[in-house]
Amino acid sequence: MEKSTYYNPADLAKFGNITEWQSEMGNKFFSYYAEVFKDGALSEREKALIALAVAHAVQCPYCIDAYTTDSLQKGADEAQMMEAVHVAAAIKGGAALVHGVQMMNKAKELSM
Amino acid sequence: MKSLHARQAPLADTGYQLAVLSQAEAAGAHFPAFAHKLRESGLLPLRPTGLAVMQINVGKMCNQTCRHCHVDAGPDRTEIMTRETMQLCLDALAQTDIPVVDLTGGAPEMNPDFRWLVEQISALGRETIVRCNLTIIVANKKYHDLPEFFAQHRVRVVSSLPHFSAGRTDAQRGEGVFERSIRALKMLNAVGYGVEGSGLSLDLVYNPAGAFMPGSQASLEREFKQRLGREYGIVFNSLLTITNLPVSRFMEYLLETGNYESYMEKLIAAYNPVAAANVMCRSTLSIGWDGQLYDCDFNQQLDLLVASTAPQHIRDFNEAALSERSIVINQHCYGCTAGAGSSCGGATT
Repeated sequence: MEKSTYYNPADLAKFGNITEWQSEMGNKFFSYYAEVFKDGALSEREKALIALAVAHAVQCPYCIDAYTTDSLQKGADEAQMMEAVHVAAAIKGGAALVHGVQMMNKAKELSM
Repeated sequence: MKSLHARQAPLADTGYQLAVLSQAEAAGAHFPAFAHKLRESGLLPLRPTGLAVMQINVGKMCNQTCRHCHVDAGPDRTEIMTRETMQLCLDALAQTDIPVVDLTGGAPEMNPDFRWLVEQISALGRETIVRCNLTIIVANKKYHDLPEFFAQHRVRVVSSLPHFSAGRTDAQRGEGVFERSIRALKMLNAVGYGVEGSGLSLDLVYNPAGAFMPGSQASLEREFKQRLGREYGIVFNSLLTITNLPVSRFMEYLLETGNYESYMEKLIAAYNPVAAANVMCRSTLSIGWDGQLYDCDFNQQLDLLVASTAPQHIRDFNEAALSERSIVINQHCYGCTAGAGSSCGGATT
């Protein structure tokens, strides 16, 4: 049957399977990934919220699913999670807007 | 919100709950039998390791009706332990060296003989834990002196507080519960509970407010201490993270929201053999309000009595026979063996 979307929520649980076709690189990635999210200078909760914000910035539905759950598990509340999404939105919006300076520079360069 | 029992909901029938837990399509390849997992871990049959905690459920009456309550407790529940049954518990306790008695409910303080029971346990020289829902302390004038009473008997207070934000706490436990819990915590702190050097222990219990597992206990404890300290000046000793088991009202929530299957999948995927070896039922005896014996409080709510090779009522208490029993297991046991493990004492690994 034809799928109605490119994304399938069940595929998230299969993420680990990417090691099947390149185990060395895949295992190195997952080892690094696990290390990144350990409690460190930043708490696990802070890292989960960063991941949630980045998930929105890169618009990854799998990551949004995973890090919404993870943020809740790590004790974040709705207000913290939505603020993280606004941080992503502010950076994405700001990133577009700041290029307006380039536009202004070019326009000024070309204008009388 | 009323209890399942008062609403005469299908899930008020424990046979129905057990049928959901072992439903045909779920019990096949999709949801492996818990017994099979235990066998793979070399733990079947599951045996007791010794009797360290006598947990007594003194009644199902509660001033709250939390959405995740596995007891289906609430103001409409009338089941309550009598002083005669309490005396049977005390008689059994006196025959043993069990160091800890864990009083739970409902709100245990609503049992009219609660204070008498604490005094008797204290007289036997055993430590008493009270599972206090906090709001009971401020619910009625007659409970306002509970912090002093607890302190007088060196009771260890273990209190539920699902979150340091009002929204998440109230979503699980009812409107206004957070504000009343904070008031009660301040009253406990005022008599020394949770204060360093006081010797009066105040632990908080974190149950996830939804269909997800608890995160790291140490990490959440740091977060709770920081937030409650900074925003309310509240101190406490430890945070205990407890996984919600798919039983009773939490099962109802999972089914109603379409989360049952995915929650079970999460628990099963996170099965941890080390946690399985440390499950609380191996060192706990759970006594129901009517004196019947169970391997844990969850089995109690599912009417799964201890194996018939052991005495099934506290009047027939026999420590030797109980120590030889096989612990009764079912699919809900995945909850205690997932991730870092879960018990009334928090994470087990």
